[in-house]
Amino acid sequence: MRVWLSQHQDAARLALRRLAAAPVNSLLSLLAIGIALALPAGGQMLLANALHLSGTTSAVPQISIFMAANAERQAATEIGERLGRHTGVKQVLFVPREETLARMKSGPGLREVIEALPANPFPDAFVVSVADESLAAMEQLAVEFRQWPKIEHVQLDSAWVRRLDALLKLGRTTVMLLAALLGTGLIAISFSIIRMQVLTHRSEIEVSRLLGATNGFIQRPFLYFGVLLGLGGGVLAWLLVAAAALWLRAPLAELARLYDLTLALQTLGARDSALLLGFAAGLGWLGAMISMRQHMQQY
Amino acid sequence: MIRFERVSKRYPPGLDALSDVSCEVAEHEMALVCGHSGAGKSTLLKLIAGVEKPSGGALLISGQNLSALPRSALPFLRRRIGMVFQDQKLLFDRTVFDNVMLPLSIVGFPRRDAAQRVRAALDKVGLASREKAMPVMLSGGEQQRLAIARAVVNRPSLLLADEPTAHLDTETAADVARIFHEFHHVGVTVLIATYATELFPAARRLQLDHGSLLS
Repeated sequence: MRVWLSQHQDAARLALRRLAAAPVNSLLSLLAIGIALALPAGGQMLLANALHLSGTTSAVPQISIFMAANAERQAATEIGERLGRHTGVKQVLFVPREETLARMKSGPGLREVIEALPANPFPDAFVVSVADESLAAMEQLAVEFRQWPKIEHVQLDSAWVRRLDALLKLGRTTVMLLAALLGTGLIAISFSIIRMQVLTHRSEIEVSRLLGATNGFIQRPFLYFGVLLGLGGGVLAWLLVAAAALWLRAPLAELARLYDLTLALQTLGARDSALLLGFAAGLGWLGAMISMRQHMQQY
Repeated sequence: MIRFERVSKRYPPGLDALSDVSCEVAEHEMALVCGHSGAGKSTLLKLIAGVEKPSGGALLISGQNLSALPRSALPFLRRRIGMVFQDQKLLFDRTVFDNVMLPLSIVGFPRRDAAQRVRAALDKVGLASREKAMPVMLSGGEQQRLAIARAVVNRPSLLLADEPTAHLDTETAADVARIFHEFHHVGVTVLIATYATELFPAARRLQLDHGSLLS
């Protein structure tokens, strides 16, 4: 066990020495891997932020119903009763126009505008929760409500959340696709770098073999080299993503404010970071392994 | 220790390097493989080290048939054999010390004891003061002695050498021959392929001629 451990230690040290022996080469290789990994990692970061955003926004589907501005309170009451009896409706919340006016006035900037108006511009409104939350059922309800008297406008509040959800699903698929594509790229990079390493150290491999080295002994430093390449590239990718997050934070927050959302762009979380580094190291190892397999078969 | 039973080795397309060779080298013996260039001396050593496989016959080392040995067992056979190659095969990007250390690293020898062994081996061949040097800084004779130190650091029971005194001046060659004699005296079986038979007057000779052993 101690022999095994010390042989691994030696192999890791040798790999590190080889990495340091050609700093420019190593740096460029790490950069290639880092940039390749930064793309899916960055996508994942954006996705995690978007998920967080959609999570904090209520996703309970509701229908908003606005009465005509000239509708009497009596008409609104009738509609309210009719909604209450409707089998497709779970819950009805009546929002009187006075309440809307008061709420809008308390908001900054709007007070002057509203006070300048001769009358209350807001209609009576209902917020309806439905029994069947599927989009089709809700759209059908909306069509039905639109035909009721004195109703000006019916709106599916959850539509944008659903759209966001669909977008996020698309985003997730895109990130996975990118990760698969560029992960394969990483394996290829690691493969060819290790191949070059093998050619450089050919005499050493030959001598070791003649002196009784097992395949495991010969492969080990090269496999460590692959792991170090992947890991180094992963760290670089993480730094690139963190820098991008820092850089994009202010303009994105500005954009979000325009949509009445608070968003502070976060860099990769602990789980995603660990995944990134683990995958990078694993793929580096895999590339090295395939390269060594191919080389060993020649003997 | 080594037994050839009607061993032949044929290289494609049909070159017979060895044909129908039968001989035996006893334990603790010192023997020379002699013959003209191309007689099959190197091939004979390569067969013993498992670098080449015989095309026919049986080759036994310590009772073990090499032809029946699985590939995965080959490294462990080689660890019991010290080899001095014709072209030495030193690693020129490592120090003298690290060159001799390599066989011990391969078997996973404990590091501290390994350093002692390396120094002992270097001392034995007279290179104790050069351990930090790079091989390229050594003279031809010193490089040959370094190759011997690497071959014996594992304390093998069998030492093979292919033309160990070629390209050396008379004095240096005698010096290298003396080292082989010393290992033989402490009980190592030594088999040397060489033209310079006069350097090993007491050793038995296996004379090869066009791949066949002359009795």
